[in-house]
Amino acid sequence: MSFVKLTASALAITAVGATAASARDQVQVAGSSTVLPYASIVAEAFGENFDFPTPVVESGGSSAGLKRFCEGVGENTIDVANASRKIKDKEIAKCADAGVKDIIEVRIGYDGIVFASQLNGPDFGAFEPADIYNALGAQVMVDGKLVDNTFSKWNEFNADLPDVDIAAFIPGTKHGTREVFEVKVMEAGCKATGAYDVFLAAAEGDSDKAKKKAAKKMCYKVRTDGTSVDIDGDYTETLASISSNKDGIGIFGLAFYENNTDTLQVATMSGIAPSTETIATGEYPVSRPLYFYIKKAHIGVIPGLKEYAEFFVADEIAGPDGPLSEYGLVADPELAATQASIAAEETMK
Amino acid sequence: MSDMTDMTAARPQKPVNSLLVQDANTARRNASEKRFRAYGITAIAIGLVFLVVLISSILFKGVGAFQQTTLTLQVELLEAKLDKSGTRDLDKIKKVTTFGYNPLIDDAIRRAIDEIGVENPFRKGKDLRKMLSSGAAGQLREFVIANPDRIGDTVAFKLLASSRVDGYLKDRVSRESLARDKNLTPVHLDLIDALRDAGIVRKGFNMSFITGADASESRPEQAGIGVSMLGSFYMMIVVLLAALPIGVAASIYLEEFARQNWFTDLIEVNISNLAAVPSIVFGILGLAVFIQFAHFPQSAPLVGGLVLTLMTLPTIIISTRASLKAVPPSIREAALGIGASKMQTVFHHVLPLAMPGILTGTIIGLAQALGETAPLLLIGMVGYIASNPPEGLIEGFLSPNSAMPAQIYEWAKRADPAYYERAWGGIIILLLFLMTMNIIAIILRRRFERRW
Repeated sequence: MSFVKLTASALAITAVGATAASARDQVQVAGSSTVLPYASIVAEAFGENFDFPTPVVESGGSSAGLKRFCEGVGENTIDVANASRKIKDKEIAKCADAGVKDIIEVRIGYDGIVFASQLNGPDFGAFEPADIYNALGAQVMVDGKLVDNTFSKWNEFNADLPDVDIAAFIPGTKHGTREVFEVKVMEAGCKATGAYDVFLAAAEGDSDKAKKKAAKKMCYKVRTDGTSVDIDGDYTETLASISSNKDGIGIFGLAFYENNTDTLQVATMSGIAPSTETIATGEYPVSRPLYFYIKKAHIGVIPGLKEYAEFFVADEIAGPDGPLSEYGLVADPELAATQASIAAEETMK
Repeated sequence: MSDMTDMTAARPQKPVNSLLVQDANTARRNASEKRFRAYGITAIAIGLVFLVVLISSILFKGVGAFQQTTLTLQVELLEAKLDKSGTRDLDKIKKVTTFGYNPLIDDAIRRAIDEIGVENPFRKGKDLRKMLSSGAAGQLREFVIANPDRIGDTVAFKLLASSRVDGYLKDRVSRESLARDKNLTPVHLDLIDALRDAGIVRKGFNMSFITGADASESRPEQAGIGVSMLGSFYMMIVVLLAALPIGVAASIYLEEFARQNWFTDLIEVNISNLAAVPSIVFGILGLAVFIQFAHFPQSAPLVGGLVLTLMTLPTIIISTRASLKAVPPSIREAALGIGASKMQTVFHHVLPLAMPGILTGTIIGLAQALGETAPLLLIGMVGYIASNPPEGLIEGFLSPNSAMPAQIYEWAKRADPAYYERAWGGIIILLLFLMTMNIIAIILRRRFERRW
């Protein structure tokens, strides 16, 4: 019987504790799994250098993070959302409905997206966006006509590519990376092969804009016969798929590739090899900015929030020689402007 | 029996076979028994092979996590760098960030290289520092803040080697695999070889893996499972304190007091259904009820424990009811017969006899909860949560923490291959816990169980 009493008292103590500790004293962050490594590096250094507790950083994807961000204002909502894309107007409206009106946008730098294959597999060497589109697009141009994609080997449409079966592992649709892949690679390839013009001519819509949008949507369609596999998990899952398929090609973030150079080799895109330098200069075409968003209403309420944001974009962290660029982030050339906007707590319009 | 009647009744004209000579039918039956035995042995053998493969691959991949490479360096804590004012004012010392400590580390490495008489191939301190964990500066800063009076002295520090250097000493990294690596070059490895011969680089038992906290993506060498172990521990306390009394009370009532009607039947069916509900569903429930409605803190072991309680309850109720049922009615009747009340009968006679079964069920339920990851995903216990060990009991329940399986899942996702090794190491520890719990359950059952 005594354990019943013990339980009752223990539960009472925790209940009292729960009310006492409801004032949260550490920053809560959630969002993009691409930003997570950078955020965790900053959070760790922040905990080391400040008297504030180390922030908690969760992943889950850009959209999921922004959704939680827009749940409202208060201690049981997150303070910062990481995103590998810009916040959408729809999400801003949703935030405003829930009372999250003042949002500070912070761009931390750029991330490159690379096409890599197994080190002891065939050397793909150089890709053009057109090659990727021919390999993965649902409908491709053959002899000036639009047909369903039946290519099974890379050298069928480009003699420079190796004579191996097409097998691609691309990020699933819930990833921000997929969007960049569609816009920067599939769309460019679609236009280069001429498929876009055919789609545009056949597109239905009220205005030119609607037609273009419909044509682009057709460009983004990936073939569904099993040659292209959507990976909904993380890059480690893509890596596992590549490891078991010597001819496979996968899409990775630059930082992930640079940490696994012992098993992966990278192909160039439009003749440019991916590196922090070529991405910073904009020569390497497939890159995207990374962001995080702060609730202004939480600054001053959650201790250390503003300091965390300032620390994140400080020169010694996010600058070209900082630990973030060492890990694979491409430093933002306009970092000074970002620092100033955080100091002034400038919100989005 | 039927075979014998067959033989005598259906075929009376044939001579009766001797028992010593097998007829065709007996031979067939014996052969089928032999075949069945062979199937059974094959099945067990296959199972054993899988078990051996599993355990040996876990041990093979994870054992590296229990060793860690360190560099012992003499670091001069220069007053000019750490305390320009010379006042030993703690607030001023704290202004020097970890980046300010890097030059001291560079000097220490240079001096160590000079002492062993090897030519230093690197000009830049940044290149030299690649051999060390980026957490080294933090270690120095922590020491200086704790001992400001040591500024100016030369102190010996045991600093963590970077994950690539650590991998080289564990044969995970080779000169070939570093050929295109930007984190470390083969030249570094030559230097490491020389430093190892001089006894500066050493590989030892990795206590901080068992006691330490999680680390960021760039420092796998610093990551430990200790804090998430505490997280699991606090969750198990919540589960034990909440699930055991509720589960036992519910099953005693259902088994001993409740009338058998459609309502109790409904409850019974639902408890069995609950046991089969996927654990992720409890996670969503926990998010909605405990965090969004009851405003409990996110990522806290208290919430994790409550969610796991929901998951463990059916297991405990089912096993408790089974062990209550196993107590023979004669015990109850005897107690009632000498004038004990129903309540006295249950608590003085039935419950003590059923206790071993209840405890076994509880421990197995706890073990199941200990290995659960899915519900924790939704209440924010998976991610980068590097808190220091919680101070005090209430902190332990309420401050953000992870749990062992969640930590393993998190490590397995990370880019650096060194984290993969940590994940396997974590699995070894988790398996040790689970095995210990199951062995305790078996011992309890063996020692105290009674059969009637």
